[in-house]
Amino acid sequence: MTAPDARRPEAAPSVAPPARGGPEAGATARPAAARADAPSALPAGLGRPQLLELYYFMRLTRALEERLTNLYRQGKVIGGLFRSLGQEADSVGSAYALDRGAGDFLSPLIRNLGSLLVMGARPVDVLRQYMAKATSPTRGRELNVHFGDLEHGFLGQISHLGDMVPVMAGITLTFRMRGERRVGLVYVGDGAMSTGAFHEGMNLAASRRLPLVVIAENNGYAYSTRLDRQTAVKRLADKAKAYGVPGERADGNDVLAVFEVTRRAVERARAGEGVTLIELLTYRRKGHAEHDNQSYVPKEELARWERDDPIDRYAAQLEERGWASAEARAAADARVARELDAAVAEAEHEPLPEPVTALEAVYAEPAAQPAAWYREAPRG
Amino acid sequence: MAEVTYLEALRAGLREEMRRDERVFILGEDVGPYGGAFKVTEGFVEEFGEARVVDTPISEAAIVGAAAGAAHLGMRPVAEMQFIDFISCAYDMLTNYVATARYRAGLPCPIVVRGPCGGYVRGGPFHSQMPEAAFLHTPGLKIVCPATARDAKGLIKAAIRDDDPVLYFEHKYLYRRIKEELPEDGDLVTPIGSARVAREGKDLSIVTYSAMVWKSLEAAEILEKEDGLRVEVLDLRTLLPMDDAAIAATVRKTNKVMIVHEDTRTGGIAGEITARINETAFEWLDGPVLRVTAADTPLPYAPTLEDYVLPQTADIVTVARRLAAY
Repeated sequence: MTAPDARRPEAAPSVAPPARGGPEAGATARPAAARADAPSALPAGLGRPQLLELYYFMRLTRALEERLTNLYRQGKVIGGLFRSLGQEADSVGSAYALDRGAGDFLSPLIRNLGSLLVMGARPVDVLRQYMAKATSPTRGRELNVHFGDLEHGFLGQISHLGDMVPVMAGITLTFRMRGERRVGLVYVGDGAMSTGAFHEGMNLAASRRLPLVVIAENNGYAYSTRLDRQTAVKRLADKAKAYGVPGERADGNDVLAVFEVTRRAVERARAGEGVTLIELLTYRRKGHAEHDNQSYVPKEELARWERDDPIDRYAAQLEERGWASAEARAAADARVARELDAAVAEAEHEPLPEPVTALEAVYAEPAAQPAAWYREAPRG
Repeated sequence: MAEVTYLEALRAGLREEMRRDERVFILGEDVGPYGGAFKVTEGFVEEFGEARVVDTPISEAAIVGAAAGAAHLGMRPVAEMQFIDFISCAYDMLTNYVATARYRAGLPCPIVVRGPCGGYVRGGPFHSQMPEAAFLHTPGLKIVCPATARDAKGLIKAAIRDDDPVLYFEHKYLYRRIKEELPEDGDLVTPIGSARVAREGKDLSIVTYSAMVWKSLEAAEILEKEDGLRVEVLDLRTLLPMDDAAIAATVRKTNKVMIVHEDTRTGGIAGEITARINETAFEWLDGPVLRVTAADTPLPYAPTLEDYVLPQTADIVTVARRLAAY
C-alpha cells in the first residue's frame, strides 16, 4: 500500500509554486481560456522563440534518450543507460534560467541531460560518450553524461553523490574573488542530499554567501529507496533552514514554473544575496538505469505521473495560450529528428580508443605513464 | 644568508609564491587572522587580505572540493589541513574527484593540500599520523615530504607551480627543531620527483624521507664511529613520482639497502620500494632489503608507548648491523 503521493502537485495544493510577483508571472496558473488568435501574455519575460526553444530542448532530451535506448538494445551502448524520462522540464527549465552569455556555470547529475543540452553540449558527443568512442569528450575514459566543457560552462560530474557541491562552491568562490558577476548552479537529488559532501559544500557556500543555486530534484526514488527512507523531512526545501538560506519549492514538471523559480534564485545570487535551495517536485518514470525494472514502484503511482508528462503539459500550454502553433512544434520535432539522425550516423561507426591511449594524461607531465614490460608501449 | 627554521622556510615559500602569482590563495581552518594552528600563515591575512586567505568551516571535503573547483578555473589554491590526520575526511574528494580530473575530464586541477604530519610529539592517535601510503596508491596525485628547511621552501614553491595536485606533508617535529642558512633572495625551487643524497657512503644504503632522514643520519654517524661503516642516506623528498633512478643508483653503489619510514609497516611505502628494487636491481643485491618502520598499531599517547611504537635511531643501527653482516 502506498502513501498518498505528496509530491503530486494536483493532489496537494500546498505543493504549488510559491506566489510570484509581477502581472505576467502567474501565467502558468491561468485557466486555459485564451484563444489561439489572442495569445496570453508571454510568461516570465520569455519571448515566443524562447518558449519554443524550451519545447525543443525537452523534445531533444527525450528523443536523444530514445535513440540511446535503441542503441542500448542493439548492444552499442557499452555501459548502463540512465533515463530522465518525465524529468525533462526540471533540467531544461532550470538550466535555461542561467545567463550563458554572462558565463554562468552548472554541474549536472545523471538525469540532467537536458541541462547539458541547454548549455551547449552536442548530442553527437553524448552518443559518443555512451558508446565509449575515441572521439568522445573524455576519449572513452568516462561514461554517459559524465563530461564537461569549461567553455560552455558545465562540469563533468563524478559518481560520488554530493561531491559536486563543494566543487561548485569553489567555482563560485572564484567568481567572487575575481569580482565576476557569474552564477553557479548545482544539481542534487533526494539521495545526494544525504551525503556528507552535500552538507559540507552547502554549509561552506551558504556561510560565505556564494552565488550558487542548489537544485534539489525530488524524483521520489534514489535507486530503489523511497524519500521517506532517505530523510525524515517531508519537504527537501525545509533543509534550507539549517543553512540559513531561502528554500523554495516548485512543480518540476512545469517547465515555466521551474524557469521562474530558478531565475529568481539566479538573480538573487547575482545580486550578492547568496545561496538558494530549490526543491523541484518531479518523478523518475524509469528505473535507476535501463537494467532496473522498477519492481518496487506501485503501478498506479507510475500511471499517475505518466498522465502528468511535462512535455505533453507544455505542448498543451503552448497550444492553448497561443504561444506556439502546432506547425511550429512540428517543425521543432522535425529539427530534433533531423539532428539526431545526423548525430547517430556520425557517431555510430566511429572507432573505440586505441588501447595504449589509456596510459595518457594521468599527469600533465609525464604525458603518458610507462607501459609494463610485458605490454605494448605507447607510440612515439 | 639567514638562519631559518623549517617552518619559517615553508612560510617564506608560501609568501613568495603569493607575492609572485595572484592566482595563489590559501584556504583552511583558522588560517586567517589566527594564522593557523602552527602559525604557518601568520601575518598572511594582513598582507594579502581575507579574499586570499580564506577561513573555512570544519569541512575538509569542502576545503579540498572548493580548491578543486577554483583550480579548474585557473586559480592556484593551497589548502591547509590543520593536522594531516584530517586529510582522511577528504579522502573521497582527493582520490575520486581531484586525482581523476585530468584523466577523466581533461580538467586541470593544480591544487596543493598541505598539513603537519608525524609523531614524536605526544600527539596521540589523531594528531600524529603519516598518511602517505593511503595516497601513494592513487594515480593522478603527487606526494612530497620535505626533511630540510631548504626543501620545505623549495618543495612548497614547486608544488604550487605544478600543474597537477600535490600533497605536501610537512613534519611537525621538524617545524622549529631544524634550522638552516638559506639565501634571502633568489628563487629556491626543489624539483618534484628528485631525491637527494643526504650523506654519501659505500657500504650500505638507507632509503628514507621526512623526519626519518635525521634519525638515519644519526644512525649513520654511530655506525661510522662504532663499526667503521660508511652508510649512504638517500632522502627521497618526493614519494610520488618516486625517483627510481636515484634508488637504483644507491643500490648499485652499496649493494645493501634498507628502508626507514615512520608510517606503519603493513602496506607501507617500504614494501613498494622493495618491490621496485626486486624487479629492477635484484642482481645488484648482496643481502635482503630490510625495513625499519613503526609497529602496526594506532599511535599511542604515553611517551613510553609512543617511543616504543615509532622507529628510533637504535633500531636503525641494529638493522643496519644485521644487513652489513651479509
